[in-house]
Amino acid sequence: MFRKLFILAVFLMVSASSGLAQAARDYISIVGSSTVYPFATVVAETFGKTTGFKTPKIESTGTGGGFKLFCGGIGVAHPDITNASRAIKKSEIDLCGANGVTEVIEVKIGYDGIAIANSKKTAALQLSRKDLFLALAKNVPDPKGGEKLVSNPYKTWKQVNSKLPNVAIEVLGPPPTSGTRDAFVELAMEGGCKKFDWIAAIEKKDEKQYKAICQTIREDGAYVDAGENDNLILQKLQANPKALGIFGFNFLDQNIDKVQGSTVDGITPTFDTIADHSYPVARPLFFYVKKAHVGMIPGIKEYLHEFTSEKAWGDNGYLSDRGLVPLSTAERAEVVQTVKQLRVNIICN
Amino acid sequence: MNKLASSRPKTIDQVKASLPKRHLSEKVFRSIGLISIIISLMFLFVLFYTIVSKGYTAFQQTFIQLEVNFDERLLDPEGTRHRDALSTADYGGLIKASLSKLFPEVTTRNEKRLLYSLVSTGAAYQLRERVMDNPALIGQTQQVWVPVDDEVDMLIKGHTLRDVPEAERRLRDVQIAWLDQLEAKEKLALKFNTAFFINGDSREPELAGIWGALMGSIYTLIVTLILSFPIGFATAVYLEEFAPKNKWIDLIEVNINNLAAVPSIIFGLLGLAVFINFMSFPRSAPLVGGLVLAFMTLPTIIIASRGALKSVPPSIREAALGVGASTMQAVYFHVLPLAIPGMLTGVIIGMARALGETAPLLMIGMVAFIVDIPSNILDPATALPVQIFLWADSPERAFVERTSAAIIVLLGFLFVMNALAIILRKKFEHRW
Repeated sequence: MFRKLFILAVFLMVSASSGLAQAARDYISIVGSSTVYPFATVVAETFGKTTGFKTPKIESTGTGGGFKLFCGGIGVAHPDITNASRAIKKSEIDLCGANGVTEVIEVKIGYDGIAIANSKKTAALQLSRKDLFLALAKNVPDPKGGEKLVSNPYKTWKQVNSKLPNVAIEVLGPPPTSGTRDAFVELAMEGGCKKFDWIAAIEKKDEKQYKAICQTIREDGAYVDAGENDNLILQKLQANPKALGIFGFNFLDQNIDKVQGSTVDGITPTFDTIADHSYPVARPLFFYVKKAHVGMIPGIKEYLHEFTSEKAWGDNGYLSDRGLVPLSTAERAEVVQTVKQLRVNIICN
Repeated sequence: MNKLASSRPKTIDQVKASLPKRHLSEKVFRSIGLISIIISLMFLFVLFYTIVSKGYTAFQQTFIQLEVNFDERLLDPEGTRHRDALSTADYGGLIKASLSKLFPEVTTRNEKRLLYSLVSTGAAYQLRERVMDNPALIGQTQQVWVPVDDEVDMLIKGHTLRDVPEAERRLRDVQIAWLDQLEAKEKLALKFNTAFFINGDSREPELAGIWGALMGSIYTLIVTLILSFPIGFATAVYLEEFAPKNKWIDLIEVNINNLAAVPSIIFGLLGLAVFINFMSFPRSAPLVGGLVLAFMTLPTIIIASRGALKSVPPSIREAALGVGASTMQAVYFHVLPLAIPGMLTGVIIGMARALGETAPLLMIGMVAFIVDIPSNILDPATALPVQIFLWADSPERAFVERTSAAIIVLLGFLFVMNALAIILRKKFEHRW
């Protein structure tokens, strides 16, 4: 009896595998960034409820993981759209080209600020990018002067900048796998790092060394790797008012009664300061569409239309309710044209 | 006699002298054991307390009572009662009209927007369902309870603070004033949150439910059971009863024991490489999830089943063989019936482990936002623990309590499965 069952199981598996490979897919498959995930899911849900199409399936794989799947090839087994919290890299374009994904449409959807926040129980901090670099980098310029790096000696914010309060440096932030952390080190730390002329001069000579100086976070316990879960960071900030947390602006926006964002270079993170690019720690968000799949998988055009409609990504759209900072009107008009004509703006070969 | 008398007290003295020390060490050992039990119970209690205290509020949801006029001009201006026309009609308009009737003083565009945002976007879908079920409603006026927006729900349940400055909360002063008016008129009420049990995932917390994830878990477990049950049983019976004693069999045994300790994510990687990349099964399907979890639970089932077979006394086998039964007959008619309760226990514990597993599902795309309820093993699906993981990472505050509520449901299932294993064992177990 067991042998029969076993043979049956093997037979089923083999026949299923040959049958499934050809099967059509009637829903859109989306992968990519966990930062874009909360926005893309809202659009997908509205799309599924208001049109006759099935609700798209959205996997949160991270930006890099998303591109890897997206560039895997053409066909129902591969995703149609990937979300990204940064622009596509050269290596990823090459990967796409090598697998026959030649025509890709890049859609910029809005901005995301990165908040450096603490509990409302204490006063908000007024930081600069230089403060952030000095407080969080692994190696910093010698406080005694000279063009020399020493391992980070700062224990309190006051040591970093005499205007800051005398509390220990304790920052809870995302792990190295996170796109938010990539953006934080690039925008905040590197931005502060550049303020030292002699370090900025290294960039031209040896970019690798420059990146290592500016983008390496200290590992002596002042920066606490709090995992990918931003809610956890929020809870820890409540419990420990002295700590700072690093997370996406949408989490700050949703919990504005409990935490406050520190100013960076004098600018408070708000909708308007992120939209007009005055808040320095902000980045654009994207998604990428495989042109070959438009028409092959039902609903892609309509999904793009829903995402780029005013009621979704407009100034008062439902995405801005969720904390996505909209593009300017002119930028939106341009992207709408791209989407309407399905204009390929990334060619991979 | 004298000799004995003098030597005896000596031993007893020794015994007596060491007695307090031995009693003490026994006492210490006992109390250490007791303390560790108390500590683990305390941790368990803290765990349950935090989950239940955070989660129980999610089983209720705030509803608002609206007097809805199912206006024919809005729903079916041509009067055709055609299903397509009814399905795409403006049900949001009905909600807006009845809200405006409650607060006629609200006239500016901005204030209207604030007023309309008090009610969940799901309310319109609810009205649509009502009308589709019973088109005769059109033209009537009815009192309807519809869910409120999650921000309002959080305020009513006390999870959002009222006494902070207006700029620092998501509800405006004027919205809170409206809500207080509604509450005074008893138009707001907490009711049982049915949506939580019958809906799929949603980004609107008040519409999000666990039914989709639960169905995904059930389909996955069915595939796992169908595969791991026969294979696990057959392997265990062969290894225990038929296999010759040689190096190859030893090697297999060592490997099975090793596999039981392999981290589950490795099985996910295997599933990704073999089923999705090589055999091109669809991503996110319970079929692949079930296959992967079957691999993961097989060692557990085989080891538990072999334990059960081993505990059957050899005398049973020997007696059967002695009266002329073949090995196969001895195993099927005498050994297996006695071992089955123990083997089933192993299967149930393996299934419970599979139910709580997330890591391997991560690799095969079951960690995804899926709204539609899966209807077969090829539809994209998630599983209960994955749903918990996804909600725990959502920015909206209302998902905090829903995360805990989903954990309560998952714990409930695990509890039932483990209880079943214990009952089976108690009921059918033989003692020798």
